[in-house]
Amino acid sequence: MTAMEAATVSTDPLQRATGEQAEAIHIEKLHKRFGALEVLKGVSLTARDGDVVAMIGGSGSGKSTFLRCINFLENPTSGIIRINGEDVKMVSDGHGGLHPANRRQIERIRSRLGMVFQNFNLWQHMTLIQNVIEVPVHVLGMKRDEAMVIGEQLLERVGLSAKRDVYPAYLSGGQQQRGAIARALAIQPRVMLFDEPTSALDPELVGEVLRVIGDLAEEGRTMLLVTHEMKFAREVASHVIYLHNGIIEEEGPPEALFGSPKSERLKQFIRTVS
Amino acid sequence: MADASILPAAISGMFGLLSPNPPGWGGNLLRGLFHSLQIALGSFGIGLIIGTLGAYGKLYGGPIVRDIAAIYTTMVRAIPELVLILLLYYAGTDLINRLFEALGYSRVDISGLVAGIVVLGFVQGAYATEVLRGAIKSIPQGEIEAARAYGMSPSLMMRRITLPAMLPHALPGLANLWLIATKDTSLLAVVGFAELTLETRQAAGATKAYFLFYMAAGALYLFITLFSNAIIGRVEIWARRGMPSVKEAH
Repeated sequence: MTAMEAATVSTDPLQRATGEQAEAIHIEKLHKRFGALEVLKGVSLTARDGDVVAMIGGSGSGKSTFLRCINFLENPTSGIIRINGEDVKMVSDGHGGLHPANRRQIERIRSRLGMVFQNFNLWQHMTLIQNVIEVPVHVLGMKRDEAMVIGEQLLERVGLSAKRDVYPAYLSGGQQQRGAIARALAIQPRVMLFDEPTSALDPELVGEVLRVIGDLAEEGRTMLLVTHEMKFAREVASHVIYLHNGIIEEEGPPEALFGSPKSERLKQFIRTVS
Repeated sequence: MADASILPAAISGMFGLLSPNPPGWGGNLLRGLFHSLQIALGSFGIGLIIGTLGAYGKLYGGPIVRDIAAIYTTMVRAIPELVLILLLYYAGTDLINRLFEALGYSRVDISGLVAGIVVLGFVQGAYATEVLRGAIKSIPQGEIEAARAYGMSPSLMMRRITLPAMLPHALPGLANLWLIATKDTSLLAVVGFAELTLETRQAAGATKAYFLFYMAAGALYLFITLFSNAIIGRVEIWARRGMPSVKEAH
């Protein structure tokens, strides 16, 4: 096993005792059912600090649902979710599903996961800087002045200093998404969750957002990235998971997965998207 | 020459009747106006509180809460306001007094002002429930989802995201409700509360200057509306601060 592989994702318990980075996210046998439709059929994943895990797959493969189960925007049907080494306590919701047993616990965990959405989801009644400092000030209890300083640095970093007092509706999609990334960074997240961050963008705006995400990957941020950008996934990811019909069809380092895919489905998928 | 001397006398008599100092009745009218505004403000405020609770109950409540909210809004919006006011005012005060007697307290006189605010607030609440429910539903779902994803508690989310985000959608409806509240205060005349309409009727009855006093009352109601519109316009500009205007969008 190469050092590269050891530092990435594995659910093999033997690998844990080898002095690697701590586990940021550990998911075991996650199932999710919408009525009769089983979207996730036992998906497991471990992301250690510094990992960049890319999830790829066709539409309806369950990759977005999987990401949304991690911070309980969707309640899983069964499975174990451990974030920052802390098991999320879940109880039955009486309809065959699970929901968090302790609202405070899930709120605390959520406030350390920086989610970036496909449709940006900036708060429209707040300016960009207000969006960025909202969670640090009102959820994490940071002083406003302090949050402002950090917020302005982050906006500069994503190239939006000049737009700090502009409302989201007056920004382009790419600018909104970069602002949303600044909002996610402002909480000093343990893990960044990207849910198809470029899928809603005009083609000419995709590059600016990917550049920002690529920079974050380079500086060693832990991230989970659901994406349709195969080339990008291959460049930035340390580990790639190919999801098909709610199960992991194939996973591994990007060179292996894209260079010499084993399963017929993945071969076909790579052919159709590239 | 005789005509010319009668006209100024009539005009000065007219203004004499409207003078704020006795024997003029202007003071009574202004006092009535003040009471009407107090009731309108109070009932609109109570209506907003009930409306917010009702809207949340209808949207997020369990089956029992949803049923109670549905019965409340249906009943109140089905029954004429005048009937509701008579019902709630007389039956309500009677009920409270019976309750007091049963508990061993003596009967109390419920002030017309408080009763008026509560009764009209109860009516306003039903309409506000529907206005606010619609406004909350028109918030883009993604904004609510982002608030959840970042660990906001339900109360924080309501204060920081839901209420400010729904405000621009709610304002036109709420502005209507406010104007209705100012005029519904006149219905309290039937239970003998000295708001603007009752004061006007007494002044008109005592002086037989019906036209003068009812026109004066009409002008005062119009003044409330014009003044309100100016304020509402400003509030709306503030609430819509993040939204490009319709003109800009085209």
